[in-house]
Amino acid sequence: MKHLPSERHTLSILVDNEAGVLARIVGLFSARGYNIESLTVADVSDDHAVSRITVVTNGPPPVIDQIMAQLDRLVPVHRVVDLTDWGPHVEREMALVKVAGSGEKRVEALRLADIFRARPVDTSINSFVFEVSGSSEKVNQFIALMREVGLVEVARTGVVAIARGAEAV
Amino acid sequence: MGTELTGAEIVVQALTELGVEVVFGYPGGAVLPIYDALFQQTRIRHILVRHEQAAVHAAEGYARSSGKVGVVLVTSGPGATNAVTGITDALMDSVPLVVLTGQVPTHLIGTDAFQECDTVGITRHCSKHNYLVKETARLGPVLHEAFYIARSGRPGPVVIDIPKDVQIFKARYTKPGTISHKTYKPQVKGDLTSIEAAVDMLAAAERPILYTGGGIINSGPVASQLLRDLAKVTGAPVTSTLMGLGTMADDHPQFLGMLGMHGSYEANMAMNRCDLMVCLGARFDDRVTGRLDAFSPNSRKIHVDIDRSSFNKTVRVDLTILGDVGSVMEDMLKVWRAKGHGNSGHRQADLKPWWADIASWRSRNSFGFEQKGTDQTGALLPQKAIQRLYEMTKARKPIISTEVGQHQMWAAQHFGFHEPNKWLTSGGLGTMGYGLPAAIGAQLAFPGALVIDIAGEASIQMNIQELATAMQYRLPVKVFIINNEYMGMVRQWQEMNHGGRYSESYSDTLPDFVKLAEAYGWKGIVIEGAGDLDSGIQAMLDHPGPVMVDCRVSKLANCFPMIPSGASHTDMILSAADERGETDDDAKALV
Repeated sequence: MKHLPSERHTLSILVDNEAGVLARIVGLFSARGYNIESLTVADVSDDHAVSRITVVTNGPPPVIDQIMAQLDRLVPVHRVVDLTDWGPHVEREMALVKVAGSGEKRVEALRLADIFRARPVDTSINSFVFEVSGSSEKVNQFIALMREVGLVEVARTGVVAIARGAEAV
Repeated sequence: MGTELTGAEIVVQALTELGVEVVFGYPGGAVLPIYDALFQQTRIRHILVRHEQAAVHAAEGYARSSGKVGVVLVTSGPGATNAVTGITDALMDSVPLVVLTGQVPTHLIGTDAFQECDTVGITRHCSKHNYLVKETARLGPVLHEAFYIARSGRPGPVVIDIPKDVQIFKARYTKPGTISHKTYKPQVKGDLTSIEAAVDMLAAAERPILYTGGGIINSGPVASQLLRDLAKVTGAPVTSTLMGLGTMADDHPQFLGMLGMHGSYEANMAMNRCDLMVCLGARFDDRVTGRLDAFSPNSRKIHVDIDRSSFNKTVRVDLTILGDVGSVMEDMLKVWRAKGHGNSGHRQADLKPWWADIASWRSRNSFGFEQKGTDQTGALLPQKAIQRLYEMTKARKPIISTEVGQHQMWAAQHFGFHEPNKWLTSGGLGTMGYGLPAAIGAQLAFPGALVIDIAGEASIQMNIQELATAMQYRLPVKVFIINNEYMGMVRQWQEMNHGGRYSESYSDTLPDFVKLAEAYGWKGIVIEGAGDLDSGIQAMLDHPGPVMVDCRVSKLANCFPMIPSGASHTDMILSAADERGETDDDAKALV
């Protein structure tokens, strides 16, 4: 079943917000040879009791099922939802992109940033830091363009995702 | 509101309320307060092992034979790391344990303090769950929750790491009511619609087989009875994994014996040719399936398991039923009878042709062997030694533990098991050194029982120090060493896959086992060959205390039948005549 084509899936995992939970999740992926494309985690409840982890992974459908079952087996895991199977959902990530240069390249960087609705959040006489958010694809494209105009470094959040509509997972 | 107790007193109080009678452990700096609390009470018995790995295996033997949770108490650092092999073993074989480890005081955690190690980090992936308890007030609830997690759902080991200051400080303790965890809620009852579908498939099948495993043992003795009922009403043949031996009586006409790499020809052929496989509390382990793309190619498959992650892990199945296998079998029987399949054993499909096929496979007598001569000159076959050990002890319904290797497989093949909880072996992890401490644990659970560790001369040396533990507590454990002077299974694989180059597999410089036994206060007996086999076994049984038997057997006997790694069920090697001397690299790469 490993020969089936690989699919990209975005998982939302609700866990107890306690020490070691992230290590359990990450360790499970590495111990069983599953891929992590992106991972984000933050406390999301009023009483700080529950954290939400978003993992983007890839693998053939049976492997994705197995990942879900293995995650569900961990004692501190409340809920695992495969948003890709769940239905329409929104995925976003944010990047901070540092560009250095002067003259025409500097002007071009600003123009491109405007097209991508990226906001300068820091500037010096020869640099910008842009904040850009959107789908991973959009962020990738923006970074690719910035390479042409003096890209220095990038920091990305990884993907966060939520289902569309009124319902909670 | 409860009384104010020290953390150590809370540990003892909670263990007592949880019904713990025996704790296996070894003291050290970071658990001294708990040892002090144990010293001042009489309700819990502490068994001092000689190595922490053995404490865990002893607790496993206690748990597997009695169905209770095994409890271990060890110190920080090396105490905890020595326990890791046992904890991993319990995870692989789904044995309910609670392992208490001492830890350096909270203010020293993370400073590389003396005997500090990251116990929760190290055991995170070899335990079912683990805790670092940083406040004394949390100890009581964590202990009760740990027992609940260890024994419910798919059982497993739970580790509780307790810093020394947490053991000293005081907190109020009250016995909690019924434990219900906010996220951990194992499903016991199977889905009735799926169970009905399973019964319909079973009734319609022309070549069904029940493939059973350790889950039935974990479900409790009632589950073994339910399996026997299910076999009776359906008329289906039953095979068992290594871990499930004893769920069906060995001599039951519908029982095909163990399946898998060293299983019977009839069991493996029936698995390959069946049209419906009902997997009950087993997990399609690689030792069972052989080559996956050739595994039972024409069957529909039903899988009953309490662990959802066991479904479709390596083998795709047609119907899954999540739940306790005992509960599901009970419902299957009810549905079977309600649908009118049952009562007289009448069923819809005719199984006669299927049983005729099975009879022809059975006639190959795949566990057969030929012992030549019974005088001193005839080298004793290991199979014969185990067969006689079985015949001479079966009336006493012994509990058998094993180490790991050829002797383990021969024991599985030639020692007949008739009841659950009588067979203690390291199946998943394959841990040499398991058998002696496991036998000690079982003997403590059943002081009057005959408990025998069937061992190899190499494996027994891995926890040989436990001879002292058995002696200290006057436990009449018997160790029956199948001594062929080789790490036999390693040697067998070298013979079959590596051109007979016996790299480091000879057990050189063996101790004189009789003198060794006597040095520990045990009785030692040598069986030189076929001629003194019966008298040696009888002398072992006649001695009221612990006995070690050095049973010298044929040195180069191989364990057959065998499905070589990477081969399918139909490619069994039945005897030495079918052997190959070298294999290709793909096969060599497999374990």
